[in-house]
Amino acid sequence: MKTSTRKGIVQAIGFFALRAAMGLVLAVLLLFLYDIGKKGGGAISWEFLSQAPRRGMTEGGIFPAIVGTFLVTLITAVLAVPLGMSAAIYLHEYAKQSRLTRLIRLSIRNLSGVPSIVYGLFGVILFVNVMRFGTSILSAGLTLGLMTLPWTITASEEALKTIPNSYREGAMALGATKWQTIRTNVLPYAVPGMLTGTVLGLARAAGETAPILFTGAAFYLPFLPKSLGDQFMALPYHLYIMATQHHAIQQVRPLAYGTALVLIVLVLGMNMTAVVLRYRLRRKQR
Amino acid sequence: MKKIAIIALAALALFGSILPAAPARKMIQVKGSDTMVNLVQILAEEYMGKTPGAAIAVLGGGSGTGITGLINQTCDVANSSREWKPKEIDQAWEKGISPRFFVVAVDGLSVVVNEKNPLEQLTVAQVGALYRGDVKSWKAVGGFDKAVSLYGRQSNSGTYVFMQEFVLGNKNYSADMKEMNGNAQIIEGILQDEGAVGYVGVGYVHDQSGKIRKGLKVLKVSKEPDGTGFLPTDKAAVDSGAYPLSRPLYMATNGKPKADVAQFLAWIVGPEGQSIVEREGFFTVGEGKYRAANDKNFK
Amino acid sequence: MKKRRRDLKEAAIRAFFFTCGVLAVLVLVGIFLTLVTTAVPAFREIKLSEFLFSKAWDPTSPEKAEYGILSMVVSTLMVTGGALLLAVPIGIAVAAYLSDVAHWRVREVLKPVVEVLAAVPSVVVGFLGIVLIGPILAKIFHTGNGLNAANGSILLAIMALPTIISISEDSLNAVPTAYNEASLALGASRWQTLLRVKLPAGLSGIIAATMLGMGRAIGETMTVLMVTGNARAFPHGFLDSVRTMTSGIAIELGEVPYYTTHYYALFAIGLVLFVITFAVNLVADVVLRKYQEREQ
Repeated sequence: MKTSTRKGIVQAIGFFALRAAMGLVLAVLLLFLYDIGKKGGGAISWEFLSQAPRRGMTEGGIFPAIVGTFLVTLITAVLAVPLGMSAAIYLHEYAKQSRLTRLIRLSIRNLSGVPSIVYGLFGVILFVNVMRFGTSILSAGLTLGLMTLPWTITASEEALKTIPNSYREGAMALGATKWQTIRTNVLPYAVPGMLTGTVLGLARAAGETAPILFTGAAFYLPFLPKSLGDQFMALPYHLYIMATQHHAIQQVRPLAYGTALVLIVLVLGMNMTAVVLRYRLRRKQR
Repeated sequence: MKKIAIIALAALALFGSILPAAPARKMIQVKGSDTMVNLVQILAEEYMGKTPGAAIAVLGGGSGTGITGLINQTCDVANSSREWKPKEIDQAWEKGISPRFFVVAVDGLSVVVNEKNPLEQLTVAQVGALYRGDVKSWKAVGGFDKAVSLYGRQSNSGTYVFMQEFVLGNKNYSADMKEMNGNAQIIEGILQDEGAVGYVGVGYVHDQSGKIRKGLKVLKVSKEPDGTGFLPTDKAAVDSGAYPLSRPLYMATNGKPKADVAQFLAWIVGPEGQSIVEREGFFTVGEGKYRAANDKNFK
Repeated sequence: MKKRRRDLKEAAIRAFFFTCGVLAVLVLVGIFLTLVTTAVPAFREIKLSEFLFSKAWDPTSPEKAEYGILSMVVSTLMVTGGALLLAVPIGIAVAAYLSDVAHWRVREVLKPVVEVLAAVPSVVVGFLGIVLIGPILAKIFHTGNGLNAANGSILLAIMALPTIISISEDSLNAVPTAYNEASLALGASRWQTLLRVKLPAGLSGIIAATMLGMGRAIGETMTVLMVTGNARAFPHGFLDSVRTMTSGIAIELGEVPYYTTHYYALFAIGLVLFVITFAVNLVADVVLRKYQEREQ
C-alpha cells in the first residue's frame, strides 16, 4: 500500500483513539451529573432548601447546612482574598528576581499540594487549640482560608500579569509613586480579574470536607449558628454523614442525592460565574 | 471591590435577620457513640419540641470521641455504647473530671449476615473466631462454601471495643476486617455481599415499618456450644441476660449534671423518652439495677 | 518635608505587601514545624524502624499497641499508582485531542467542561463511588462489594485527570510552531508529528503534569475514606480493602485523647504525608523549570 495511504490510516486510527479518550472522559462526567441530577432532583423542593432536618434527619431539609457552608466560605474569603491579592501585588509589582522571591513562589506551589487533611491537622493545633477559637466557624473558615491562599495568590497574579506595562509606565512618567501607580493605574483594571480567580478558589473551599471535620462541623445542630464561635452544619459534611453514618441510609439516600445536587450546583455555579466573568473581561480588554 | 463588600454585608444582614431570637442559654453539647447518635438526636429533637428554650447539639464521632470530649471538656454529655476503660477513668481524674454514668437504653448487639447465608445461629466463641480471623470460610462453622467477608467499625467505636472485650477475648481483630464509618454502612455492605458478616446495634436492623430489613438476617447467638440461641430482638432474652451480647448504653456527665442537662436526662429515662427508645428499636432501661443506679446518680 | 512623609508612607506600604508575600513561606514552614514538633514525642515510645517498616497498625489493641504504617503507605502508593495507570494515558490522549484534533470552537467548549470535572467536590466523588462505581465493580469482579483499592484508584484517576489534561495540553501547545511546520514540511502526517515531535518536545511538561496529578491523588482524603473499605491489612491485590494514610488520620483523629502517643503518631503520619507530597511537588517544579528554561 502506498505510504501516504498507510500514514492516513494510522492517523485515522490514532485520532480516533484520541477522540475516544475525550469521549470516555465526557461520558464519565455526564454519567455523574446525570445520576446526581436525576436522583437528586426528586428531593429538591422549597421545603428541602429552606427547612432544617427533622425526624432524625429523615425528613425536612438542609437549610442549616447551606447557611453553615455560606458562613464558613465567607470567613475563608475574608482571610484568603485580601491576603492573596496583597501577596500577588508584592510578587508582581514590588519583588525583584531574588532567592527570596523564588522561595516564596516555591512555597506557594507547595502549599497548593499539601493534603487537605494536613491542613486540618494544622488547623486543629493552631486555631482550635493554640488560639483557643475552639471548634467553630472561625477555626474552620481560617483553616480553609489557609488552604485557599495559594489559589488566590496565583489567580491574582495572573490577573496582574494581564495589565500592560504601559499603564504603569505612563503613571510613573507623570511622577506618581509606586503605590499611587498601583492604586490608580493597575488595581482598578486588575481587581475584577483577581476576584474572578478567587471565586474559583472559594468554590473549591466550599466543597471541602477534611479541613472542617475536626475544626467545627457538626452532625446535627438544632439552631443556626449565632456567632463565629459556634459550630455549624455544612453541605459536604452533611453529604458525608448521610452517605455513611445515618441510621437509615437506604431511606435517606434520596436526601443524600439532593444534598449532593445542591452542593454541585453551588460549586459549579460559582465556577461558571467565574468562567463567564473571565471570558467577558478578556473580551473587554481586547 | 465595593460591589463585593456590599454583597457581603447584605448577606450578613440577611443571615442576621434569619437567626432566631435565641435565648442566652448555651447549647448542651452531646458527643459520642455512633450506635446512639441517631437515637439521641431524635430524643433531642422531640425534647426540644416539648421544652421551650432547650438547645441541644448532637455530634457523633464514636464512643471514643465522646469520652475524649468529656475529658477535654469539649462536651457536656458523652454517649458511649461501652463502659469506660480504666485508663480513661484515670485520665479523667487526672484532669479533674469525675464521670457519672446514666444508662439510657439497652442494646442487643446484633450479629448480622446476608439473607443468602444458610446459618441460623452461632456461639459467642464462633463469632470471636470469625472476627479474630481464625476462621476464614463459612464451611468451618457449618455454613456454605464461601469466604468470610468481615465488616466492622473503627477503633473510635464503642461497639468495636465492646466486641473486642466480650467476644474476641481481648485479642486483636483480623486485619482483613473492613472498618466502616458507621453502623449503617455495615448494613449496606452486608446487603450486597453474600459472604458478609457484621455487628450492629439492634436499632439498625429494622426498616421503617419495624420489620427486619429485607436482605438481612439476624443470627441467634448462644453462650454455650450446645445451648439455646437467642435473637437480639427478643426483649425478654436481652433483659434476662440470656442473650449474651446485651449491653447498656450510657450517657456520662462530669459530676452531678447541671440543671438543664439533668432535666434532659431525666426525661430520657422517663416514660416519654423510653417509649422513643423502644420505637427506635432499642430496649428500655427497665425497673431493675439500671434504674436504681440512675436514680442514685441524679442526686 | 512632604517628600519624606510620602517616602515613609511608601516604605510602610511596601513593607505591608512584603509581609503578605512572605506569608506563604511562613505558612509552609509553620505547617512543617507544627507537624514535626507534634510528631516527635511519638518516638519516645515508638521505635522509628517499627513505625516505618511494620505492617501492623493497631494503637488501641488490648494485646500490644502497634504503630506500623507500612500497610498504609503501600495502600496509598497502590491506589495512587492505579490511578495514574488510568489517568496518565487517558489524560495525555485527551490533551492531544484538545491541542491537535479538535476544532478550535470545540476546544473552547470542551476545555471549561474538563474544568467542571475538577470542580466536583471530593465528597461527591466518594458518594458516587459508593452508589455507582462500587456496585458496578462488584458485579464485574464478583466480589460481593465494591469497597476496595480498585474503586479508590478509579475515583482518584477521575480527580487527577483535569490536572493532567490541563497542564499537558498547555505543554503541547507551547511546542514552537517551527517544530510542527518543519515536521509537516518533511512529509510527516499530523499524527506522526504529534507522536514523534510534539510529545517528546512537551515531555517535561507532561511529566510535571503527572507528578502534580500524583500529588493530588496521594493527598486525597474523603474519596478514599468512603470507598476503600479501610481494612488495616497489608494489601495483596486491587480487589482488597485497603486503608490509605489520609484515611488513617481522618478515622482516628476525632477520637484520640490529646497528647497521647496515639495522638502524636497520627501527626507523624501527617508528617510523612507532607514530606512525600513536598518531594513530589519539588520534583515537578524542577522538571517544569527545566522545560521552561529550555524554551528560552
